[in-house]
Amino acid sequence: MDIVKDLLNGSRLALSRTITAIENEYDEAVDIMKELYPHTGHAFVLGITGPPGAGKSTMTDKLARAYRNMGKTVGIIAVDPTSPFSGGAILGDRIRMNSLTLDEGVFIRSMGTRGSLGGLSHKTADAVKALDAFGKDVIFVETVGVGQSEVDIVKAADTTMVVLIPGMGDDIQAIKAGILEIGDVFAINKADHDGADKLQMELNMMLDLDGEMKEWRPPIQKVIASQGEGINELVAQLDKHYSYIKENGVLEQRRHERTRTELMELLNASIGRYITNSIVKTGRLDNYLEDIKSRANDPYTIVRSLLDELLVK
Amino acid sequence: MMEKRIRVLVAKPGLDGHDRGAKVVARALRDAGFEVIYTGLRQTPEQIAEAALQEDVNVVAMSILSGAHPHLFPKVVELVRANGMNDTLIVGGGVIPEGDIPALKEAGIAEVFTPGTPTGNIVEFIKANVK
Repeated sequence: MDIVKDLLNGSRLALSRTITAIENEYDEAVDIMKELYPHTGHAFVLGITGPPGAGKSTMTDKLARAYRNMGKTVGIIAVDPTSPFSGGAILGDRIRMNSLTLDEGVFIRSMGTRGSLGGLSHKTADAVKALDAFGKDVIFVETVGVGQSEVDIVKAADTTMVVLIPGMGDDIQAIKAGILEIGDVFAINKADHDGADKLQMELNMMLDLDGEMKEWRPPIQKVIASQGEGINELVAQLDKHYSYIKENGVLEQRRHERTRTELMELLNASIGRYITNSIVKTGRLDNYLEDIKSRANDPYTIVRSLLDELLVK
Repeated sequence: MMEKRIRVLVAKPGLDGHDRGAKVVARALRDAGFEVIYTGLRQTPEQIAEAALQEDVNVVAMSILSGAHPHLFPKVVELVRANGMNDTLIVGGGVIPEGDIPALKEAGIAEVFTPGTPTGNIVEFIKANVK
């Protein structure tokens, strides 16, 4: 297939068109992914998450430049929310990354969540694979601004960095479940603002509570991203974590888990689509709905008999 | 196959620092169900063309108030086409004198929207002409 060949030969247009095919679920996307798959698995995938306005994009910009200075090529997937009402979106993460646009070693793609609720889009993982096959060394995945429970990033990334800022709540916030549980590395951005020390202390106390059980204690790095302060130290922490997970089998385990999740999701989605197609196209769905409405039948019996009919030989 | 979603790059070429108009248009396009990639102020034509490529947009919509449109708009068209994006719809808006419009269209700007244009007209034009 030409688009795959072009992508593997370094065509940015082919890479871009591939991500579009993935996102829009074009028919050819499956064939493209099949051919790209053997070329994946080389990139370091770094997830960046945190609340809205924490400085994720600015930090991505600065970190990307640091990795470029080390001679690494960089891919960036930046996710912003899709409106549940209009289906439209304003994807504004590039505003913070304009200095990277003309660097040929960097490829940035914005994605809308398109109905996904976990902080990413359903197609983010496949877009990462396209960048990986293209040959990017480091791939940043920047989530939407998250609240407390959007933690899909851990399933997509090798290392997850949580960006926090001072002044967002008392220390009870820090022991709640959710994004504070997924950080491999914490960055306290806007560290020149009031409350940065307090936040660092609270995070430390939180981490101490589950400290003894874990081999890796997430480091906390203070940063002023807009001025580039603390970025080199942050890169060092990220590299340290990557070495740690590589040497201790954690990376392999995480990737195994990811492969398993992806396979199961693909399987479930395909089965769901197959069954939906078979009853929608034949018009049987409307009959079922009528039967359920008149209480002549119930949803549970219908699902059971459809599974028997369509899946069991 | 899923329904294709129209992606629009809203860009501000040139040196004027006024993006209120661009933001109003971006918001209107969002409400029309488009994915709008906004890249901020003071973009060079090279940056705009490269962002259009990486984002694989269907439309590039530029706003300019500085008077540099006769130079910058055609330059963006040239660079976008040179990247192999032949179907991308390119439109412009802002403070553009009537007399300049024919030359811009000649250069490949599909439509020019001047001050006072209802945002609905821009949405309709994009829907009718996007490939």
